[in-house]
Amino acid sequence: MKKILLACGAGVVTSTAAMNKLQEELDARGISQDEYKLGQSSVAEVEALSGQYDMAITTTQYDNDAIKIPVINGLPLLTNIGVDTVIDKVVDELDLK
Amino acid sequence: MEVTQRNLIFSKVDSKNSNEIIHYLAEKLFKAGKVNKDFEQAVKERERVYPTGLPIGDIPVAIPHTDVKYVKQSAIAIAILKNPVEFHNMAKNDESINVKIVVMLAMKEPHSQVDMLQKLMKMFQNQDLLTKISNLDDNDEIYEIVSKQID
Repeated sequence: MKKILLACGAGVVTSTAAMNKLQEELDARGISQDEYKLGQSSVAEVEALSGQYDMAITTTQYDNDAIKIPVINGLPLLTNIGVDTVIDKVVDELDLK
Repeated sequence: MEVTQRNLIFSKVDSKNSNEIIHYLAEKLFKAGKVNKDFEQAVKERERVYPTGLPIGDIPVAIPHTDVKYVKQSAIAIAILKNPVEFHNMAKNDESINVKIVVMLAMKEPHSQVDMLQKLMKMFQNQDLLTKISNLDDNDEIYEIVSKQID
């Protein structure tokens, strides 16, 4: 079970939209929902929560060397521009099947 | 209660910068009883740290918002700008985007307006629709289009 954290500025609006899009895209690729779990937070909480997750996807700019898990930019999940690249990264990085 | 309201949609708004348009929409939301008086300041501060400009094609949109604690009743306020104003790119703080449509989100519950958000994002991706909206100067007409997409 891989855990993915979706984070945005407030942890309310854009991460919700991004999370649903991610779910939809992973479903479309036939990846079982038993393979992963999604969580949501503000970017301010990412560092504290990173130990409990395998990957973080942020819709805002986020640079933090203290984070040991992969962090990818999730804005395409909102804009739909380049969304396949994001899904490819998630699937490859976490080896989802 | 529908989230979009006729009296919270404004066309041909003349604003010089992002702060001005945030003030404009936040004041409208406050006067409509949707948010408390600290909402505006909170949105401005949030926008400085976590900008909300979405690079989404020819008609970029900004979605300024803040913590749910400043909101009394969920609503969105929409402004079509007479002239575009600069917002910073959500994903790259040092990049700015010329925004033509500003959608201020006042959300009462965290994670609750999922459906509405999805529809909003879908609407933003429909650039033909945005082009149409951005050229309208009749608030009612804009309301009819937007509410059909969202409510």
